[in-house]
Amino acid sequence: MNTTVPSEKQQTVKHPLQKKRRRVLIALPILMIVMGLGSLMIGQVSFSVSEVLSGIMNNEDTLQRRIIWELRFPRVIIGMIVGMCLGIAGAILQGVMKNPLADPGIIGVTSGAGVMAIIVMVIFPAMLALLPIAAFFGAFFTALIVYALSWKKGGASPMRIVLVGVAINALMGAVTNALMIIYSDRVQSVLPWLSGGIAGVGWAQVKMVVGYAVVALVLSLFAIKHIRVLTLGDEMAKLLGHRVERSRFYLILLSALLAGIAVSVAGLVGFVGLVVPHILRLMIGGDYRYLLPASAFGGGLLVVFADTIARSLFNPTELPVGILLAFIGGPYFLYLIYRKSGSFATN
Amino acid sequence: MLQTSQLSFERSTAFKLNNIDINIQPGEIVSLIGPNGSGKSTLLRVISRLITPDEGSVLLDGEEIMRMKTEDVAKKLAMLPQMNDHQLDLTVRELVEFGRYPHKKRSGRLSAEDEEIIDWALEVTGLTHMAGRVLPAMSGGERQRAWIAMAIAQRPKVLLLDEPTTYLDISHQLEVMELVHELNEKFGMTVIMVLHDINQAAQYSDRLIVLKRGQIHYDGIPQCVMCKEMFESIFEIDADIYRQNGKFFFTPNRLKKA
Repeated sequence: MNTTVPSEKQQTVKHPLQKKRRRVLIALPILMIVMGLGSLMIGQVSFSVSEVLSGIMNNEDTLQRRIIWELRFPRVIIGMIVGMCLGIAGAILQGVMKNPLADPGIIGVTSGAGVMAIIVMVIFPAMLALLPIAAFFGAFFTALIVYALSWKKGGASPMRIVLVGVAINALMGAVTNALMIIYSDRVQSVLPWLSGGIAGVGWAQVKMVVGYAVVALVLSLFAIKHIRVLTLGDEMAKLLGHRVERSRFYLILLSALLAGIAVSVAGLVGFVGLVVPHILRLMIGGDYRYLLPASAFGGGLLVVFADTIARSLFNPTELPVGILLAFIGGPYFLYLIYRKSGSFATN
Repeated sequence: MLQTSQLSFERSTAFKLNNIDINIQPGEIVSLIGPNGSGKSTLLRVISRLITPDEGSVLLDGEEIMRMKTEDVAKKLAMLPQMNDHQLDLTVRELVEFGRYPHKKRSGRLSAEDEEIIDWALEVTGLTHMAGRVLPAMSGGERQRAWIAMAIAQRPKVLLLDEPTTYLDISHQLEVMELVHELNEKFGMTVIMVLHDINQAAQYSDRLIVLKRGQIHYDGIPQCVMCKEMFESIFEIDADIYRQNGKFFFTPNRLKKA
């Protein structure tokens, strides 16, 4: 180096949102765990904190133990996994497609996973263990089809992706309905799954997905670097020596895996992937080093929260969490369209 | 330093880059000028490997660019595409850090040397005091300098600029041109740029290359290229040429269609 500069810089060059980012990143996981604890306490039968703790620790076969450990605990875990996967999948897709509307549900990826999952459930019920893999392939191929069909001369424009996604969604919906009519005798088991819910999940489901989820969450950490370079624009990323097509493929694969995991246990839960990264982007900005982990915890928090409400609000009737999320997500989506400004926290 | 041999690229039946041979010497500032649609930007994009030519090759330091690993190209050649003005949510320093991307080790951490080069890039572009500002909060001229800082943090031997002054007011235009001059003078960077302002091109370049309809029509020092015939045949205008302090200027008089 022929010139050197005194380096007292570090203090002064922090991003203006740095403090807020740190606070959000610390608060979200804590809130998620507190919400999880709350979810163990609240319900048709409510418990105190100490009752919950003894329910987790004690091995005695009491009613309290059964409700907390056998019913509510796996449900909270699944809620967190589903929320984290959907939050990250949404954040990744929004980054890859440079489109704030990208969400595994809106661009048809969830419904693709759903079709595969229904095929397994009604046609090959014996192969239920393969459900996450089937859902993943469904999600992955739909994502590829949507991306390929939106591709036109050097790129996939956000508008085309959404339009193609709508069309693919309609197609997948038709396939789903056709399957349900053809196999109408077996449809009972699929119905709650279709509206998206985690009622009745137990340790079996946790066992089924937890391995996939851990792998996918770790892989997501590697996604951050790729998304950050891509946000400079495809050309700039290429000029910096980044292999743009390869990393985009990796990111789509990863978001399909995440969406597939969520769909395989929770069915068609929508809006988490759209709303969570979006709100967080408004709060802490678009830097994926913060946005991606925040979306994970935010997603987990939202799903556990919504599920707790969904099963206790209309006691003793339980709403599927997917319906409740649609109640929250739909109006929020309209609000975003109406407001349509400030996609950056620093504006 | 950088050569193209018999480059051809056909974008459509209406436009084709035809048999482009240029040879850029180390330490030169070369400006590509020509009317709209003459292929200046396309040529720059072929040179920077954003576009693959149909025929011919680009040689960087004697190596064919398409055969090199893309990150190795990025260590030697940086390019700023036309007014890269996305409102990214990054601070200036965070943007400039991306310039070290092709040099990074697997761990992805910035080394002490990277940090030094980033400081240097900020210093040269006069952005040290606003390193912590976010891009959307800056003016167009400042943002352009930030992107240039990112490009030079790659420590390239060759810097390609596609209309670096477009949309900037005159003082910011001169700021960018002075910066280019300084990068060339002090740090020996070879610069190839597309410019719309022919007077600025003549003032700041060692050499002008004039394109029209995908072909090179003139290639030489400003003194030779800045002539009445060039303006007539290339731009179809009648122009007067002036000379002041050894620099050449033109003023357009009127259209002169054949």
